[in-house]
Amino acid sequence: MKNKHLNIDHISMEFPTPDGPYVALRDVNLDMAKGEFVSLIGHSGCGKSTVLNVVAGLYKATIGGVVLDGKEVDEPGPERAVVFQNHSLLPWLTAYENVELAVKQVFGRAKSKHTKSKAEMKEWIEHNLHLVHMDHAMHKRPDEISGGMKQRVGIARALAMEPKVLLMDEPFGALDALTRAHMQESLMEIHADLGNTVIMITHDVDEAVLLSDRIVMMTNGPAATIGEILEIDLPRPRDRVELSSNAKYNHYRHEVLQFLYERQRRPGEELAADEKDDDSSPELKVVKTEAA
Amino acid sequence: MKFSKTSVFTEEQYSVFIRMYIFPLIAVALFLGLWSISASQVQTSLGQLPGPTAVYEQASNLVDEHVAAREKEVSFYERQEKRNAAKLEKNPDAEVKIRPYTGKATFFDQILTSLVTVFTGFIMASLIAIPIGIITGLSNDLYRSINPIVQLLKPVSPLAWLPIVTMVVSAVYVSDDPMFDKSYLTSAFTVMLCCMWPTLINTAVGVSTVDKDLINVSKVLRLGWFTKVFKIILPSAIPMIFTGLRLSLSIGWMVLIAAEMLAQNPGLGKFVWDEFQNGSSNSLGRIMVAVIAIGIVGYMLDRGMLMLQKKVSWDKSVVLR
Repeated sequence: MKNKHLNIDHISMEFPTPDGPYVALRDVNLDMAKGEFVSLIGHSGCGKSTVLNVVAGLYKATIGGVVLDGKEVDEPGPERAVVFQNHSLLPWLTAYENVELAVKQVFGRAKSKHTKSKAEMKEWIEHNLHLVHMDHAMHKRPDEISGGMKQRVGIARALAMEPKVLLMDEPFGALDALTRAHMQESLMEIHADLGNTVIMITHDVDEAVLLSDRIVMMTNGPAATIGEILEIDLPRPRDRVELSSNAKYNHYRHEVLQFLYERQRRPGEELAADEKDDDSSPELKVVKTEAA
Repeated sequence: MKFSKTSVFTEEQYSVFIRMYIFPLIAVALFLGLWSISASQVQTSLGQLPGPTAVYEQASNLVDEHVAAREKEVSFYERQEKRNAAKLEKNPDAEVKIRPYTGKATFFDQILTSLVTVFTGFIMASLIAIPIGIITGLSNDLYRSINPIVQLLKPVSPLAWLPIVTMVVSAVYVSDDPMFDKSYLTSAFTVMLCCMWPTLINTAVGVSTVDKDLINVSKVLRLGWFTKVFKIILPSAIPMIFTGLRLSLSIGWMVLIAAEMLAQNPGLGKFVWDEFQNGSSNSLGRIMVAVIAIGIVGYMLDRGMLMLQKKVSWDKSVVLR
């Protein structure tokens, strides 16, 4: 077993509803090593986001808990930075100011462990925006830049907190296929450079296989849990074009698709419905109509 | 852009021009015609109901009166200065008195008084309503608690408030050397009581409907209460707050006229009331001038707020009108 960096320890989650508690998660258990990239994949409503929110500290698990570096997670904090699905930038601030808000909060206070001076902070903000290739639009506001650029700034903001764990909730779900591919490349670069531990939720099978060290496949809710875990043993750096003809890659892809569409096929779900999308890439898409 | 001698406008510009200017002009012309015809059918005890031409005459009278009053004022001060200078020449130690001009307020002075009064009430209302709105917006329980009170007080007419406000002002504001007229305070407070509700409600709603993701961002960043309120909640509530402020100001302006009539604050409301009591053959015309002036000022106040809103709004994609 790998050393325990992040330990999602047998969490169950119930939400109170007027008709009694709704069990969203049951006994989700996962250990992660430092620097590992894990994808959560599963059908909509299977509780992927719930897992992420528990790790982020935004939800409190009904049973079980999350331990990061030997400390229990009981509230949200910058060491577990979240990249939200719809970027969640403050629309009245520029890209720079959005990152600045995070940097000031983490490094700007006298009592924090690693304080930075004003000049250092400026450099750090610019460095992070550079990392996501946003130098040219640093002083633009979210409504002046494209969806992909917004998501880049969202990632820069998360990275600038120097998080131990980066939590990404379908970060590229709202982007077109080409932009998504660019963003995946950037993310691989950044992950190779910084070695953050990453948990990413995705609906996209190719994305999961391309990026992850492990793919965690979740069963359908209610009472969703981890169905299977797939180790992706592909050498890095990975190249999507090369991989497309790689037998191992296609095997992993096939495994995930099989899990999603044969073992965890939702009752009444018709694959044909997805074929109507003409803007989507030819790859098989998993329910993309609604967020988990 | 290229101009040719034969056609200044392209076909499209031409049709835009017609839609933008000609259509509204036709509507105004029709309105004036209808007004003129129907006014001529009505005989009141103060003579015929004035049509557009009579009103226009009265408007220019009011302008003339204003100009004449200003001239009188200027010459009054000139005379006073001359007199004082002559006095000082005779005896350098003489005590000179400078008396302020106390002529009758003109129509335009009254508009100014009304504006000052309405802004006093409006600003007081905003200073109360915005903080309360923020605090109630932040807590559902607090919102539920004060909501019945707000809903109860919101529809109360200014005419019902006025006697109470008058009595309270007379009782509380006792001073040998009053800085403000009681009529001014009474009108301003009545405006305040009537126009604070839209701002309060809209602020509360704006604050309580901040995007949940942005709240999550503030949680992940562990922002303190003040930073959260000032960096995240207030900016996202700004559009709603401004909607409230605009509603408040237009309500305030409507309320003000009624309040001034009864409180005898020397603004447009008093002007209308005095002309009504005066009952000369010109009175109805002058009142109608006041009606139009009230409309124009109200419109300009709203436009002013809209411009301010556009200036502070971060969301330039929203069409404000």
